[in-house]
Amino acid sequence: MNVFAIIGRVVLATLAEIGALSRFTWAAVSHILRPPFFWRLIAQQMLRIGYFSLPVVALTAFFTGGALALQIYYGGNSLNSEAIVATIVALGITRELGPVLGGLMVAGRVSAAIAAELGTMRVTEQIDALTTLSTNPYKYLVVPRVVAAVITLPALVFIADIIGVMGGFVVGTQALDFNAGIYVKNTVDFLKFDDVMSGLIKAGVFGFIIAVMGCFHGFNSKGGAQGVGRATTNAVVTASILILAANYVMTSLLFAN
Amino acid sequence: MSDAKIELRNVHKRFGKKVVLDGINLTVPKGESLVVIGGSGTGKSVMIKCVLGIIRPDSGEIFVDGKNVLKMDSGEREKTLRKFGMLFQGAALFDSLPVWENVAFGLIQGRKMPRKKAKDIAVEKLAKVGLGAEVGELYPAELSGGMQKRVGLARAIATEPEIIFFDEPTTGLDPIMADVINDLIVDSVKDLGATTLSITHDMASVRKIADRVAMIYKGKIIWSGTRAEVDNSGNDYVDQFIHGRAEGPIQMEVLKP
Repeated sequence: MNVFAIIGRVVLATLAEIGALSRFTWAAVSHILRPPFFWRLIAQQMLRIGYFSLPVVALTAFFTGGALALQIYYGGNSLNSEAIVATIVALGITRELGPVLGGLMVAGRVSAAIAAELGTMRVTEQIDALTTLSTNPYKYLVVPRVVAAVITLPALVFIADIIGVMGGFVVGTQALDFNAGIYVKNTVDFLKFDDVMSGLIKAGVFGFIIAVMGCFHGFNSKGGAQGVGRATTNAVVTASILILAANYVMTSLLFAN
Repeated sequence: MSDAKIELRNVHKRFGKKVVLDGINLTVPKGESLVVIGGSGTGKSVMIKCVLGIIRPDSGEIFVDGKNVLKMDSGEREKTLRKFGMLFQGAALFDSLPVWENVAFGLIQGRKMPRKKAKDIAVEKLAKVGLGAEVGELYPAELSGGMQKRVGLARAIATEPEIIFFDEPTTGLDPIMADVINDLIVDSVKDLGATTLSITHDMASVRKIADRVAMIYKGKIIWSGTRAEVDNSGNDYVDQFIHGRAEGPIQMEVLKP
């Protein structure tokens, strides 16, 4: 087959996908701002997306903080390691690892669940049924998930920050024999409000990505069980990649000066 | 035609290279029951979804009560959608909600009725399709196929719509349950005085619920007439279809060994 034909087809398919995603995102955002609002559904989704993700995110943060403390200790100069470990763990967790790893874990958990649920609703015509019952599927299904994810992700990441720093503290004081008081003082002295805030802003954006990717792939799934499976995989993969890409862009913007 | 409730004029729709609707012309007079017959994949479902606005046709006009639904803004369209009820092929019940809330969905979400009042109406509608109030507390997954169809019918008539669509109402049911559904359709429609458009390939259903019959083939309406005329239509396509013969002008795309 002609090579140019293959390249052309891939490019066209990619552009079509980007176009469809942009239109979907625009529709979702425009419906967020217009009534009616389904408060009960938003609360329900906050519970499912936020609260039930707590154990996964907390464990991830704890072990990451601990491993980070060990790496800095082994790799660094052992003379002033006590100060360096505390500082780098605090900055690393709040600026990058808390939001990114938290976002990726929630992407795996929540994007997949959303895509599977909405995908099944699509192939069993439940989404069409909403339309025939004078209920806009964007308002009823997409908006509550997006709003809930954007609100709960920063909260989750804030908790992850605390637990991650605590992971570093536990490893530092128990395995590396640091003084607990000095560790806490170093953490508090070097950690600035902006460090935490930048991580929370990132988390809000990641929440948006997670919910929109889950909804988009669920809405567009077709072809029965296999189609729903494909939608689920695509939701997790695209959400994860977009989170990492968005993280790079936001780091370069937020820490430019 | 001033008494036309629904009118499709020269409606075209294609998916990629596949032409699904190739200039559909169809009129459903007010208060009548029109049944569209045709084989699988002839465009029956797509036609109904075009009228509901779930799928946008490529060209043509669709009128409901004399107004072109394709030129409406979203507010007008939502108002028009309130006139519709629909029974889906797979019932398309919301499996996250109990049965009564499924039936009451259009009342609670679409009409903003208080939940308690809506529940009373839901129980009443369930009784109409021969289901007790205790069924209302179950979830759709706990019901048999026939019961799900009956709940779907109760949901379709709950808002007392002016127009009801039936998408293969008897497909997948045993002959006796199919007849029960047909009777319920006839009774509930008579009660409401609704205009109905059904699509099916079940001739027993056609003979029971149709005032008029139209046959769709390759995206076009190739014949229409009253229920009595079906048996001597003089149309080879209709004859082949209603007698279920493999030989005739309609050739299935089956590779012969």
